[in-house]
This record gives sequence, C-alpha cells and structure tokens, in this order.
Amino acid sequence: MDVVGRYNVVVTGNEAGPVVLLAHGFGCDQNLWRLIVPQLAERYRVVLFDHVGSGRSDVSAWSAERYSSLDGYADDVLNICRELDLRDVVLVGHSVSAMIAVLAANREPERFAKLVLLTPSPCYVDDGDYRGGFSREDVDELLTALESNYLGWSAVMAPVIMDNPDRPELGAELTNSFCRTDPAIARVLARTTFLSDNRADLAKVTVPTLVVQCARDAIAPREVGQFVHDQVRGSELVTLDAVGHCPQLSAPDETAGAIVAFVSGR
Amino acid sequence: MTCGPGDLPGRGEIGADLPELLEDSVEDLYDNAPCGYLSTLPDGTIVKINATLLRWLGRERDAVVGRMSLPDLLTVGGRIYYETHFAPLLQMQGELGGVALELKTAGGARWPVLLTATVTSDAEGRPRLVRTVVFDARDRRAYEEELLRARDEAERERDRVQRLARTLQQTLLPPVLPDVPGMQVAAYYHPASLDQVGGDFYDLFPLTGDTWGFFLGDVSGKGENAAVVTSLIRYTLRGAAVYDPDPAGVLRHLNTVLYQAFEGTYPRFCTVLYGSIRPDGDGAVMTLAGGGHTPAVVLRADGTASLLHLRGGQLVGALPEARFVVAEVRLAPGDAILLYTDGLTEARTGVDSWYSEEDLRDELSGLAPPTASGVIDAVNRLLVGLGAGVEDDTALLALSVPSRESGRA
Repeated sequence: MDVVGRYNVVVTGNEAGPVVLLAHGFGCDQNLWRLIVPQLAERYRVVLFDHVGSGRSDVSAWSAERYSSLDGYADDVLNICRELDLRDVVLVGHSVSAMIAVLAANREPERFAKLVLLTPSPCYVDDGDYRGGFSREDVDELLTALESNYLGWSAVMAPVIMDNPDRPELGAELTNSFCRTDPAIARVLARTTFLSDNRADLAKVTVPTLVVQCARDAIAPREVGQFVHDQVRGSELVTLDAVGHCPQLSAPDETAGAIVAFVSGR
Repeated sequence: MTCGPGDLPGRGEIGADLPELLEDSVEDLYDNAPCGYLSTLPDGTIVKINATLLRWLGRERDAVVGRMSLPDLLTVGGRIYYETHFAPLLQMQGELGGVALELKTAGGARWPVLLTATVTSDAEGRPRLVRTVVFDARDRRAYEEELLRARDEAERERDRVQRLARTLQQTLLPPVLPDVPGMQVAAYYHPASLDQVGGDFYDLFPLTGDTWGFFLGDVSGKGENAAVVTSLIRYTLRGAAVYDPDPAGVLRHLNTVLYQAFEGTYPRFCTVLYGSIRPDGDGAVMTLAGGGHTPAVVLRADGTASLLHLRGGQLVGALPEARFVVAEVRLAPGDAILLYTDGLTEARTGVDSWYSEEDLRDELSGLAPPTASGVIDAVNRLLVGLGAGVEDDTALLALSVPSRESGRA
C-alpha cells in the first residue's frame, strides 16, 4: 500500500505556501486538527495523516515490535516526507507526536524548516529531580481505564467504523470513532507514549523550534513545557490562556495564531 | 415520601392521589436522584453538583463547587484518559456516552462509574456548560473485570496450547534435512491449524552404503491421537528400513505394527509413500512403494511432468494383510520428484471444486530444469494462492538430481 493509504494522508490548503505537516497525538486521530485547519490552509499547504493503528490508517501495517518505540513513528513521518517529496517542512507535533517530531527532525534536520511542539512532554514519569507529573502506577491505572473503555469496542463493528466514516446512517455506531482504536494497539501506544524518555533528545535539536503549552494542562504541566524550552536551544515558548491538553480544540484561534506567527514571522 | 411495596397504589387507583405522588420539588428530584449530576464550565470547573454524587464522593458542596474540576474527582489514570479521550471527543461531538472511569472518594477509595455528558451552548453556539450524569457502576465493573480476567486466561491458555502443538510437531519432523551426496532435497510443512498437531509426516535418512531411505504420509485424524500414531510410524519405518532393503517389505512391517497396536480399540491407519534412492551413473534410481497415497509428481529436465500412480496399493494398518505396489523410477540429471499429502490436492477452489492431482501436475510442468527447492517454492506459492481453501495440513518432500550444467551438488 502506498503512503497515502497507509497513513490516510490528506493534503489541503494553499499549494503555493510552505508545507505544514500536522502529527496528531495519543488518543485520537487527525480529526483533532479540524478547528485550526481552515486558518492554516489559507496560507499553507497542510498535510494531515493518521499514525499507523489510529484513525483510518492501514491497521495491517501495525506491529507491536515496530511501534513499541517512538522511533517507529518517527520513521513513518520521514517516510511520508520522502514519499510525498515534502521539503522545508514545518512539522507540528501534538502530545506524544511532539517527541516523534523531535526524533524525526534529529534524524534528518535538512528536511525540516521549523518544529512546533504542542503540549509536549519528553518524559511523563517522575525521575529523580525531574517532575513529569506521573508515576509508573499512574500509567498502569491508565492502561486499566483503557481496558475498561474498550469493552465496548467490538471487533465486529471495527470494519464498519474503518470503512464507512462518511455514512451518516451509521452515525450512532460511529460516535467516538475519532478516538477508537483496537484495544491491543491502544495498549501498546499508551505504554510507548507514557513510558518513553526522550529528555536527552531535546538538546540535539538544531531546527528552529516553538514550544506551545496551555496555562493548565494535567498531562503536560507548565514546568514540563519550561523544561522542553530550556533544553531546546534557541526555542521560543508560548503559553496559551487555555485549559486541557488539546488547545487546538479548546483554544483554536490562539493555537492557530501562535503557529502562524512562528511560521510566517521573522 | 417513603412507601413499601404494600403501600403502592394499584393500577386503577391512580387518579385523585396522583398529584400527591408526583415529586413536586425539582430540587429534590435533582439532588436525590438515583444517579449523580454534575455541571461544569467548558474548562472543567464544577459549578453545580447533586447530593447523591457528593454522598458518593464523601465531600461537602462548598469544597467542590467552584473549587474542583471534573478531572480532580478521577483517579490519575482516569484523568489521563479524560484529557486525551473524553474532553476532545466531547468538544468535537457535543456529547459522549458510557465512558467507564473511577471516582476517587475523599476517603481515597475508588468508585467505578459510567459517565454520560452533553454540552449546552449559548445563542452564538459557544459551549456554555457541560452536563454530566454519573452512574454507579460498581457491580458492573466487578463483572467486567471477571470477564477481562477470563479472557486473559483464555488467551494465555491458547498460547500454551499452540506452543505445545508446535513443540510436539517438531519432534515428529526432522529438524533439518540431511545433505544427500549428488542430490538436492527440500521439504516443507504447512500446518492448517496452530492449535492442533497435524497428521502429516515425512523423513529422509541414510541407509547402508550410498542408499538413502525416505517417506511421506498422512495419518487419519489429527491432534494428540494422530501424534501418537505418527510417532509410532516414524520409528517403525526407520527401524524396519535398516534390516529390510525391500520398500514393500518395510510397508508390510508397518502394516502389521499398526494393525496390532490399534486393533479393536480405535482403528488407526495411514497412507504413505516409502522409498529408497541410490546413485546410478550420472543420475539416481528410486524404488517407491505406495500404500493408498496420492501419486508423486515426476518432473523431467525438459519441463514435462507426470503422475506416478501406484494403483492397487492399500491403506496401511486397516487390514491384517495389505497389498503394496512398487515402482522403480530413474531420475536423470535435471529430473525431480515431489511427494505431497492431500491437504494440497483437496484444497477447496470453489463451492464444489477442489484442487486436483492433475491440476498440480499441470501447474508444475514447465519448470525447466526443476530443482527440489524450486519445486517446493512453486508449491508454496500455490498454497498461499489457495489461502483459506487449504483446510488440511500439507507436507511436501522433493528430491532432484542437479542438471549437467549446474554440476553435482
């Protein structure tokens, strides 16, 4: 299968503008960008995709081995850039994809013009003096919460959800489909997301970087955003007056504004 | 008001008393509903909460309203789930139902609940408040945990069975085929099921001097009973081959052993091809004895293929005195022979059609010159193409004499 099918790649917006590649985070799929895409699309060529195992990606391309480390996902991002021949890319990574973006940019810095790290955390688990905000037990508790909520996930319904997202008559069954993942895949992704430690990768970033955080975010608290800002040399930090982990939903105008100012500014 | 079952009015009596029975206080209906109610601002801050939920949480209204947010009431793991799944979905859909999370009570206990939420908007469509209903799910969660435990247990058990079947299968097949001077040999085993030991078998081993023995066959049935028979067959054939140079004699010996071993209990028999092969000039001569088995395919250097029928050969182990038919085949340089089991030739190709021996012969003709590994690769591709049509195990064993050009292996 080609990259467009494998990652459900969607290209939209101003063809003449710079390329802005949006990488969604843990939990849902590219639909999470939908409130800011219109604003970005006026100026930029916007490229959206689903990580393998999420949304409408090709689930058969998923393997526990490849996707038990963020490197597998970073590989995919570079793969998309190569196959679509994207150059001078502005890579925007939300949540776990912020670290995926860091890994991809460190591997092929010449490919990327700028990085935007949206509510990033290089390490969710506390370690010595470092406060990620969570303990190993908390992560186990999350896995339990995932398990409880996927009892309703039905293997029988999955093909319907994957194949017919545009058929409104299936609306009732399709509710929640943006954040629906095969439980086995969700479990591995949760572990990969919350147990990875990419603190050492931050200092290796050479691409101009913007860190965007929310004033109140239970997943990526402000001291973690500050840590990322301190570690990435020359980075800018913007703190949005927003609550939660998904400012592209809770404060779309401010989020799009911060991205535009960074991409088009200077 | 309180009333026991005995005080409930009968069907015909509702009428004049109805206004009195109806709950006239909306406040009371809200506060003491059999579920928790919660209203939050879009940022999660709790602005209204009912008495039922406060009771479950063990908290005072003043300590909650305006001071805590919905995620504050959850376990840490639940909070992550809330921020990464619940909140974004609610923002995108405007409503969300049946999310299983755990409340953390003031005393530190966990209280499993199901949350259902809707967003109310102002005149301009901006989200104003989120209304959330909280259902007590303690019993349900206990039951679900039982189900999850049972499922995990079943998955572990299945892994164990598959591992056992795989290990057992390996003891019934040679781990690697030996090198036969002047020949090329290749084999393949295609299990139809990961859970069961198959009933197909093959082997290749040195006899006296430059002669080699080999066999391939299929036991009736599968699973652990078939494994017992396969094991017996393998060691009997290898034992008999050492002292009886006549392939038909080796099969007669096997027939006696099988017939006696399972007589009267549970009849077990097999179909088998047993042969010996020795160098002959620039080629090899093979003597092949058949007991009711599908015909081998002889492939010539020029690409022609034919079926080697051993008609009249009977099942091994079914009758006290069985008849076996012997044929002699000379393999010239570039020739090959393929032995296979009927998993391949009984594969389903349609509702009423099966892959036949003739289909196989035609498929393999044109391989010029055929080599043992080339033949196995070709059949392998065929098996992949037949996919789910292959309902039985399939064993393959191929022997070839290298062509003059490629020299002797």
